[in-house]
Amino acid sequence: MHPLAQATTQPLPLPEVDWRAIAPELALAVAGVVLLLVVAFWPRAGRGVLAGLTLAGLAAAAALTVWNWDLERVAFEGAVSLDGITRYARAVLLAVGALATLMVAQGDSREGEPDDSPPEVFPLLLFALLGMVLLAAASDLLVVFIALEILSLSLYVMAGETRRLAAQEAAMKYFLLGAFSSAFLLYGIALCYGATGSTNLLEIADATGDPTADGTLLLAGVGLLAVGFLFKVSAVPFHMWTPDVYQGTPTPVAAFMAAATKVAGFAVFLRVFAGALGGLVVSWRPVIAGAAVLTMLVGAALAVVQTDLKRMLAYSSISHAGYLLVGVAAAATVPAGVSASMFYLLTYAFMVMGAFMVVQYVSRLGPPDDDAIGERSSLEDYRGLARRHPWAAGLLAVFMLALTGIPPLSGFWAKYYVFLAGIEAGLTWLVVVAVISSVISAFFYLRVLVVAYLQEPVGDPGAETAPGRTPALGVALGLAGLLTVAIGLAPEALIAAARSAERILG
Amino acid sequence: MRVGPGAYLLLSAILFAIGVAGVLIRRNAIVVFMCIELMLNAVNLSFITFAKTNGSLDGQVLAFFVMVVAAAEVVVGLGILVAIFRKRSSTSVDDVNLLKG
Repeated sequence: MHPLAQATTQPLPLPEVDWRAIAPELALAVAGVVLLLVVAFWPRAGRGVLAGLTLAGLAAAAALTVWNWDLERVAFEGAVSLDGITRYARAVLLAVGALATLMVAQGDSREGEPDDSPPEVFPLLLFALLGMVLLAAASDLLVVFIALEILSLSLYVMAGETRRLAAQEAAMKYFLLGAFSSAFLLYGIALCYGATGSTNLLEIADATGDPTADGTLLLAGVGLLAVGFLFKVSAVPFHMWTPDVYQGTPTPVAAFMAAATKVAGFAVFLRVFAGALGGLVVSWRPVIAGAAVLTMLVGAALAVVQTDLKRMLAYSSISHAGYLLVGVAAAATVPAGVSASMFYLLTYAFMVMGAFMVVQYVSRLGPPDDDAIGERSSLEDYRGLARRHPWAAGLLAVFMLALTGIPPLSGFWAKYYVFLAGIEAGLTWLVVVAVISSVISAFFYLRVLVVAYLQEPVGDPGAETAPGRTPALGVALGLAGLLTVAIGLAPEALIAAARSAERILG
Repeated sequence: MRVGPGAYLLLSAILFAIGVAGVLIRRNAIVVFMCIELMLNAVNLSFITFAKTNGSLDGQVLAFFVMVVAAAEVVVGLGILVAIFRKRSSTSVDDVNLLKG
C-alpha cells in the first residue's frame, strides 16, 4: 500500500488542547479583537480609552504569564514549548508593548495634524505582540512561520499607518523585503522537513545526530533558515531595509519594531540554532560568526556618517544585532550564551525605546519639516537641547551612554555578559572585533551628546513651539530611564532570571 | 516513464530561482510581489513532494498554511501598493527614493 494512502486511512492524531499553555497569547488575541470591534463600532472613542483598553489587555496577558511562570512543558504535541526563553521573552515583550502603547497614545505629532496615527494602530499593536510571544514559544517550524507572519503582517500595516508619503514608502519597502525573506525562511523549512521528516524542533534535533540523514539537504535548509532569520533581525548583509524603514515610519512604531522584533527574532534564533540545530554547530558557527563581524563593523561604520538621529539609531540597532549574534554563536556550546543574549535583549529593548522616545519628544518641538519625511529628527534639531529642555537632554544622555556601554548603566552589563560567553566558547577573536566595534560606536553616540550639550541652538529660540502636554510620553520616558539605570545598578537578579532560560526544551 | 521526486524538487528549485531573479531584476512593485508569490508556490511544491517521500501528511498541511498566509499577504501588500499608487501614480520601485543615505 502506498505510504500516503496508509496515512490517510488512519484518523488524524489530534493534539490535546492545552489552554493554559497559551493563555497569555489567547489574552492578547481576545484583547486585539475586542479593540478592533471598539474601533469599528465606536469611532469617536478617544485615544486615552483605546490606550487604556490596550494596557488592560497587556496587563491580563502579563498576569497569565506570571500564573504560568513555573510551568515547564511542551504543549500541543511539541508545537509550543514553555521554558525559560518563552517566559523571559513574554515578560520583556509585554513590557515593551506597554511602553509602545504609551508612545502611540501620545500620538505621532500634535493634535489636529493630518499625520496622526489612526485608532486601528492599537489592535494592530496587540496582534503584532501576539505574533511575537508566539514566535518566542514556537517549537515547531510551522508555528515559527505562522507567528512570524502574524507579527510581520501587523507591522507592515503599522509602518504605513499615517498618510505621510515617507511612511508609505517605508511600509512598501518593509513589506517587499519582509515577504522576500519569509520565502527564503519557508524554503529552509521545506528542506529541513525533507531531510529530517519532521518540522518539530525536538525531532529535528534528534535527526541531526543521525548519520543516515541527508546531510546536504539539511545543510542547505539550515543555510536558508539562517538567511531568513538574519533578514528579520537585520544583520548585514541583509540589513538594507532597516534604516529606510526606521526613518520613514512614525517614531512610536519604529521604536516598537526596533525593540520587540529583535527580542522575538533572537528568541527564535536561539531556540532553532542553539537548540534544535545545536548538533550542527560546527557547520553553522562560522557563518553566524562571519555575519556577526560584518554586522557589528558595518553597522557602526555607517552610523558614524548619519545626520539623522532615527537613521543613526537604525544603524546602531544593526550593530547591536551583531553583538547579539556573538551570543548566538556562543550559545550552542556554552549555555551562558543563551542567558547572556536574553539579558542583552532585555536591556537593549529599554535603551532603544528610550532613545526613540526622546526623538518623539524633540520632533514635537518645531513645525513639521517641509519635505515629505516630515518628522524632525535631524541632528541639527538637537543643538543646544540641554539648555532648552534639560530633562529630555538628561534622559538622552542616559540612553546614549547605555547604548555605548558605559559602566554603571545597563548596556555595559549586557555587553559584558555576552562577551564573557563568547570568550568561554573560544570565540575570543570575535569578542575582540566586538570591542573594536564598541569603540567606533562610542563616537556617534557621544556626538549626539556633544551636539545637545555643547553646541548653541540655531535660529531664533523664540520661534520654537512648546511640545504641548505629553503625559503618556513622560511616563514612558521615566519608566525607560528608570529601568535602564536600575538594571545597570543591580543586574544580578535579572541575569539570574535569564539563567533559567539556558535549558532549551526544544 | 516514471517521474521521481527529484524532478519535482528540481522544478521547485528552478521556480524559486526564477522568483528570486524576478525580485532582484524587475522594477515594478506589483511584478516584484508576483515573483514573491512564485517563490512561495515553489516552496509549496517542495512541501508536497517531501510529504510524499516522507510518507507523512505534515507537508501537505504546511502547504495549506502557506496558501492562507500568501492570501493574507496579498491583502496587506496590495493595500500598501494601492495607497502609494494613489499618491504618485507609479508603482516602480525606482520612484521610491525619499529615504536614503
